Parts: sequence; structure tokens; C-alpha cells
Amino acid sequence: MRERFASGFDPFVLPFLIGFFFVIGYCILGIVRIMFQLSREDRRMFLLSLITPTTALKNIWDIFANCLLHVKLWKRNKVLGFMHSSIAFGWFMLIVLGHIEVMLYCPGRIHLFYYPIFFNYFVAENESTIGGAVLFFLMDFFLLLVLAGIALAIIKRVRSRIFGMRRTTRPSMLDRVGLYSLWAIFPLRLLAESFTAHISGGSFLTIPANWVFRQFLGNDLHMLPTWWAYSLALCVFMLVLPFTRYMHIPAEMMLIPMRNAGLKIRHARKGFARVEVLSCPGCGVCIDACPMSVKKANLKDCTVYLNRQLRRGNEKRIEEISDKCLLCGKCEALCQVGVEGPALRIAQRERRKYGFSQDYSGIDVAPMAAAAKGAKVLYFSGCMTRLTPSVGKAVCSLLQKAGVDYVWADRDEGLCCGRPMLTAGRTEQARQLIRKNEEMILGSGAGTLLLSCPICYKIFTEEYNLPGVRVVNYVTFFNELVEQGMLKLEKGDLFYVYHDPCELGRGCGIYEEPRKLLGRAAGITEAPKNRAESICCGGSLGSLTLDFQHREAMTLNALKNLYESKADAIATACPLCLATFSRYSERPVRDIAEVLDAQSHV
Amino acid sequence: MIDFGFGLSRSSAVRLDEVDLSLYKRLEELEPQVRTCIGCGSCSATCTAGPWSGMSIRKVILNLQRGRDIEKMLSNCMLCGKCTMVCPRGINTRHLILSLCRIYEKK
Repeated sequence: MRERFASGFDPFVLPFLIGFFFVIGYCILGIVRIMFQLSREDRRMFLLSLITPTTALKNIWDIFANCLLHVKLWKRNKVLGFMHSSIAFGWFMLIVLGHIEVMLYCPGRIHLFYYPIFFNYFVAENESTIGGAVLFFLMDFFLLLVLAGIALAIIKRVRSRIFGMRRTTRPSMLDRVGLYSLWAIFPLRLLAESFTAHISGGSFLTIPANWVFRQFLGNDLHMLPTWWAYSLALCVFMLVLPFTRYMHIPAEMMLIPMRNAGLKIRHARKGFARVEVLSCPGCGVCIDACPMSVKKANLKDCTVYLNRQLRRGNEKRIEEISDKCLLCGKCEALCQVGVEGPALRIAQRERRKYGFSQDYSGIDVAPMAAAAKGAKVLYFSGCMTRLTPSVGKAVCSLLQKAGVDYVWADRDEGLCCGRPMLTAGRTEQARQLIRKNEEMILGSGAGTLLLSCPICYKIFTEEYNLPGVRVVNYVTFFNELVEQGMLKLEKGDLFYVYHDPCELGRGCGIYEEPRKLLGRAAGITEAPKNRAESICCGGSLGSLTLDFQHREAMTLNALKNLYESKADAIATACPLCLATFSRYSERPVRDIAEVLDAQSHV
Repeated sequence: MIDFGFGLSRSSAVRLDEVDLSLYKRLEELEPQVRTCIGCGSCSATCTAGPWSGMSIRKVILNLQRGRDIEKMLSNCMLCGKCTMVCPRGINTRHLILSLCRIYEKK
């Protein structure tokens, strides 16, 4: 091994150094800013989690598995997984191996940031030594890996359908600059190392390439320009990185420890939310996931575009996108990075100022509590069940058949659970409703609170404080009744397809219980998109601005997915889904309680 | 005038030239759909807040058109959205309430 230049410097490293220091400086400033934006408590929690051994190890593993190997993406789409992990992991290994080379052969140069990157220009090494041969082989291998990834990326840009993506995002101007410079980096590196290979050594990729080039290029004059080009491509990429979607590379490394520390979005623009927005890679998985995408006019209202507008600070569009969303949570369920689209939108809605605020302090819950007194099980049907009375009737009929001591708390009058207020971003009003309901439920003295609406169920489990009261969804409760032998079901001949309501499935993680329950009373088939990928019925209260006429296409699309199962009828466990589907469905739609009621006997 | 201890009840006539319709006008700009309301009362019939508070969107819109106070009724809306689901004219009443809350100025 010998160094070719005593100075260890050449002007072509300058562009790289400029880009490198710019990116590092930008990221450090960003981290400091975000740390200051966190609340005192959150900051403490985050810093503590960094020094807790278990979370620290989990952080390292998660960063390795998700940022480099893209394990989650592999599980979803093998080709995309290979493309991303070959670029990320391959590039990472090139950097690591570069450092190992410098440490082994010229440890005095390790403080020079550019040395591991441009090692082959500055050092002449003989691949006949075992160390050189292995390292050069590995360098060429990982370069080949990255180049394969880049080739796939180029194909994906042209024909995204090959990769199973129906739609992908339209990159912005700067995104394109970043994209093309990223594509350019590795072919240029290959060229530069190939031109230098007869001096500095190489392996299975660079030496044959060097031989080929030497057949028609008689001199070394083109060597320096390619190293300049390589350095310039790196410089351009790093200079535009903070302003493009490639910011997700450093941001995700921040997001993972913050999420593992248990931080939540508290402000739509600051702290944790900011890291989430910057972590969005702009892949566009959420475009195909979004139920609104059936209409072309809504294509730009998905989470990826919300993140883009949040980065740009386009207030008008941010408001539009935030208010339109159905909050079904499918984008979050499919997001590889874990950007919480719905929570970001609710946080944005919370920022709105109102000239008038509802005040429920005058409501007297004593008569409601009195009406709810005297039973072990308190059945709270919620607003939506009262709009679809058949569900409430079926639930009561089942409870009677099973001999449960119950009372229907809000049959005549009751309050809303507060979830619609909460999703509208009016947290203070929702809190007031929650307190009133808590008063009513605790005043009734019941030990179990039974809910037949997943919208209520979600807020009751997440936001309510009901000591000594068991909050239970009716699918869980009826399953228990059947298992205890209190409710006898007879299996019917009809085949049902079960539609996972957003709030029950993605919202509360209840997927298996309704299927188990339905399977006791009828045959079950599955729709192509089910469980976490179930399509929102389109009736969701999450959207503030979507009108009836604009929701129709979404409902029809969700129904089309259910029809594909070839079932006789559709069953769901949400009164709102029931009401929405019933309006347009060609096949009968039933709530799970109605199906059970028809198949049960005393 | 002689005080008989009783009198004629006050006229409930609405003089549209005299009442303040500015709130309704501003709402119309934000929510043009409000013009299509036929006052059928489906919203009032389904309202969760209705039974215990007298909340009724039909009345809210009517009172706005007559320049009357809506504060008490509006104060009980819980945004549950049932009125939107039953509206035969497809008016997004839930967003209408939010818009109203936005532009409302306390007197």
C-alpha cells in the first residue's frame, strides 16, 4: 500500500466537503430546534429513553432493520424491498468499508472526512494481498448491489406498475434534482474507480471495466474529471437533500427513537409532528391506500401531499387536506415509516380558532344517570346506533335471550361520546362531554359498559377514566356469552363477508373476534382487501368537508371490494358502516348483532 | 293610555329590512348549500341534543334568516353528524355548524 499524494488532498474533494458539512450542519440545527420544541416532559422522556438499555438496543435494531434493511417493505413488496435495501444497505456498507480501509492502511488520514469516500484515488493498493483482495471484492460487490438498486429505481420511475404500485407521487422540481443526482452518484463512482483501477487496484467489477476502457482510451486524462463529477453529484445530492423527500433518510433515524420513547403529536407543526413530516419518503403508498383516491379530484389529498404541503407551509392546502380526510387510518396502517396521517390532521384541526364554543356545563346528567341505574350491564348505544334502531333492538333482544341484567342508558336521551368533537379538533368540548358521560356512567353504578358502536368504543377505551367499570365492545361481550353457554347460536346457510369498520379494526385492533362470532352464526368469506387494509365505507365522521354526493363513489368502491368475496350478504360491526352501505348496496347489509339475533334461540 | 292590566300580545312579525342578517349572509358565502334547505326538520328529528336542549338545525337556519339569536341552541350541538346523514338535500350540516361557530361573534 502506498499513498499516491503526500498532501492527501486534491481540489475535487471540495464539492463533497461543502455538501457534507452543509447536511451535517443542517441536521444538527434541526435536532436542536426540535428538541427545544418538545415539551419539558417529552424532552425528559425522550432523553431518558436514549440511555435506558432496552429502548436504546431497540432503537439500534429498529434503525438497522427499517432504515437500512427495510424489513417492513420486504414483507410488503419484495422488489421494492430489494430496491430500497440494496441502495441503503449497500451505500452504508460502502461507507463502512471505506472507513475500514482507511483505518487499516492509512490511519493517519482518518480525520479527513473525504478519505474513505475517495480512497481509491488517493491510495494505490495491490489486490494480491489478502486484505486488499477481500476489501476490494467487498467494495465492488456492494457497489454492484447499489447499482442494481439504482437500475430498479430507474425502471420504477418509468413503469411503476411492474412494482405493484398503481399510482406514485409526482416529484417536485427539487425532488427531481435530488433523484437524478442520486442516480448519477453510483455509476460515476464506478467510472471513477474503473479509470483508476490499474493504479489503485480493484476487483471483479472495476478491473475488467478498466481493461475495456483502456482498449480505446489511451491515457489517464479522463481520470480526474470523473472523480470531479462523482464529487459534484454527491455535493448536489447533499445540498438539495434537506429540501427534498430525501430528508427522510436522516429524519427517520430521529423518528424511530422518538416513537420508541412513546412521544405523541402535540402540535401540528412542531416537535414530534415535524419529525414525522420530514420522515415521509414520499413513496406514495398512501395514494393507493386512500379511499378518497377513487376520485381523481382527491388524489392530492393523501397523507404524502399533506406532508409535502406542511413542508412548504401552504396554509390553504393544508387546511383543505386536513378537513377532507375520513380519518380511516389506512395510510397509517400501510405507511412504511409510520407517519400518523390522521393524528397530524386532527392536530391541524385543533389549531383553528372559533368565535363561538359550545358549552355543556349546564347539562344536568342526573336524570340520565337515574334512568341508567339498577343493572349490572349498562348498554350505551351512542348516536349512530340510535340512527339505526335495528341494531339497538337486536342487541337488546340478544341480551334478553342470554338473561343478562342490563339497562339501555341512552334509549330516550343521552349525550354524544365526544369522538366526533375530538376528531373535529375541538378537544376542550370533547373533554366536557367525556366528563359528563363519566359522571352519568359512574352514577349509574353499573360494572360493565357495553358499546355497540366502534366510534364510541375507541374514545371510551382511550380517553375515558372509569374506575371499576369494564368497557367492552359488543362483539367481545357476545363471544363471551356464547362461550359461557348463555347464548345459543345455530349456524345458518347464508354466507357473509365481514367488513372491518375503520374504528374497530385499525382503530382498536379488533379483527378476529367479530369473525369468530359471525362464524358461529353463518358462513364467512373474505374480501380481497380486509382487516388492516379494509376500505372505509365512506360515511366516516372524520371528514368535515366531504359532501354526500362526493362520498358515493367511495362507498361504491368499498362495496365492490366486498362483492368480490361472492358472499350472499355483508355483515359489519358498526352502525355507521351499516347505514352507509345500506344506502347503495345491491346485497343485504346486516349488523353482526342482527345476524346473531336471527340465528339465536332461547 | 289607560292601563287595563292586560294588552295585545306583541307582534311577532319579522321586518326583514330592519333585522340584522349579516350573520346569515356570511354563512351563505361560506356554505352556499344552506340556501337549498327546505326546512323539512329531519335534522331536528334525529338530533341527539334535541330532546334535552331544544337544539334544531332547522330552527337555527330559520332564526338566522330572521336575524334572531341562535346562541343557546348552537351551544348544545355535539357535532355527532346525524343531521348530515339524514338531510334529504345533502347539506353538510355538520360543517355548517363549524362554519357558524367560526364566524360567530358574541354579542
